Amino acid sequence: MREVSRWFSRNLIRIYAALAFIYLFIPVAYTMAFSFNDSGKRNLIWQGFTLKNWANPCGAPEVCTALGNSLKIGVISTLIATILGTMIAFALGRYNFRGRSSTNLIIFLPMATPEIVLGASLLAMFLNLGINPGFWPTVIAHIMFCISFVVVTVKARVASLDPKLEEAARDLYANEYQTFRRVTFPLVLPGIAAAALLAFSLSFDDFIITNFNSGTVTTFPKFVWISSARGVPAQANVIGSAMFLIALIIVVAGQFAGNARAKRNR
Amino acid sequence: MVDMASSATGDLNLRNITKSFGDFVAVDDLTLTIPKGSFFALLGPSGCGKTTTLRMIAGLEEPTSGSISIGESDITHTKPYKRPVNTVFQNYALFPHLTIFENVAFGLRRRGQKDVKDAVEKVLSLVELGHLKDRKPGQLSGGQQQRIAVARAIVNRPALLLLDEPLGALDLKLRRQMQIELKWIQTEVGITFVHVTHDQEEAMTMADTIAVMNKGRIEQMGSPVELYENPETVFVANFLGQSNLIEGHVQSDSGAETSVDVHGSRILLPSSRNRGKEQKVLVGVRPEKINIHTSSTSAGKNALEGGVVTDISFVGVSTQYQVEMPWKQEIMVFEQNDGGAPNIRKGDRVTLTWEPHFTFALSPES
Repeated sequence: MREVSRWFSRNLIRIYAALAFIYLFIPVAYTMAFSFNDSGKRNLIWQGFTLKNWANPCGAPEVCTALGNSLKIGVISTLIATILGTMIAFALGRYNFRGRSSTNLIIFLPMATPEIVLGASLLAMFLNLGINPGFWPTVIAHIMFCISFVVVTVKARVASLDPKLEEAARDLYANEYQTFRRVTFPLVLPGIAAAALLAFSLSFDDFIITNFNSGTVTTFPKFVWISSARGVPAQANVIGSAMFLIALIIVVAGQFAGNARAKRNR
Repeated sequence: MVDMASSATGDLNLRNITKSFGDFVAVDDLTLTIPKGSFFALLGPSGCGKTTTLRMIAGLEEPTSGSISIGESDITHTKPYKRPVNTVFQNYALFPHLTIFENVAFGLRRRGQKDVKDAVEKVLSLVELGHLKDRKPGQLSGGQQQRIAVARAIVNRPALLLLDEPLGALDLKLRRQMQIELKWIQTEVGITFVHVTHDQEEAMTMADTIAVMNKGRIEQMGSPVELYENPETVFVANFLGQSNLIEGHVQSDSGAETSVDVHGSRILLPSSRNRGKEQKVLVGVRPEKINIHTSSTSAGKNALEGGVVTDISFVGVSTQYQVEMPWKQEIMVFEQNDGGAPNIRKGDRVTLTWEPHFTFALSPES
């Protein structure tokens, strides 16, 4: 009895960690498992194992059109939000100007506002301006809420950049453009990349704001939502799982590449 | 060893330079000429304006008024990247994302030089770090980074190399070694070095000429020996080494010799060493110039009697005595441990003597 309690106290943290991970990954595992379900229309009950969903991910009607829309909206809004957000981050992180602190505050507002309010207000605004909901209004809405996250992420990187490095570049015959191109930008780039990834996943994942402003255009989250009324096809699970796996592979590959570089340089 | 003929175009001239930040005057009407090819040190406590002066020479700050020129060309408002001036920054500011080779090649590439390999490898071998050229700065020790920072600057053969507290981040032993190395590199490449430091020992070891700065102004300028042996102000006397400064009144001045009454004793000094303007002066003498005696034999020397030893500390090469004088002032005395010093204990009554030509006198307001 004593032995058991000692073993238990020694492994408490491990047990706790295992439980936490199980809790976190059960939904993902469930999604993946059901991507192999030989379902008919309703992917709710396990019918048997099959690979046909993975062999033909676009098999369900509309699913790949929705995915394509999501990717298009995601890429365009990420690109524009990253460029604009990076510029704002540099302005806020580097320069003193009138209205700097209020700009700092306003940048945080979209993150703090409930999405449902943002979505409804944007729709009202577009309609008042005579713009019909659709692809471009959705892109504009996505750019808007992504910018805040880009600014916050890039600003942290800009703040951690030693201004002496830019002075050193100017001292070593680099003019303003060359200093930015050769020193500032490469050093802030990891922050910009992280911001872009964050912006893309936020855009790709967004449902509430998109649902208000996309009109007849169907994005992937919207497709899942609509089809859930009559049964989500297993292809949706395939795409979801694939997204998860691709992200995982990128992270793991990045870790390996980093480790290998560190080892080589040692 | 390496042919690096200086492209210097002449002396560096600062004329009536003033730099204010709001109400604060960092550099106050500074005029200074730094001869071509010299190793020049700007020495002073933090906040004295020495780094601001350096940044104005580099072009990283613009003077509020005054002008800066190298030889004939005025560079007061020239952009930093158009000046023949390079800087070794305090914490080196090596580019963390570039290899050592690319760090050193940075300046050459920006000036459009196509073939940089020879020049970079030459300068890396000068600082003896050629084998590290593919590393990143983060993988180098502090001493190695320091040398790369020097290499990155001198590879461009500037007219002027500015060093901003370059050894501040190194430990004592490495600092000593780098002092000798920097001095050697300077002789080797023949570039004018302007070195900013708060470390008087560092300045004295390396520089040909030192300008002591205080509150945005130059207090005194000269060779290390001149500054040490013949300080002109109270600040310089206390900032470079230690000084005993005792109040006195000038009694007579023969033109060659000045006699000063110091608490009843007659102290003599060469008139040329009296910087005081009025009757009241501060008489100064360095602690190591003073001899300590238990008897009162003092023929032909300056002597102060009636001191009581209050503290003795043995520091190996010398013994340091603290002597309280009848007017309650503590005088420091350093005696070489060469076997000649008398056996003195705490509480002993002593007489202090020194040669008149070691004495200096300062204006109390300086």
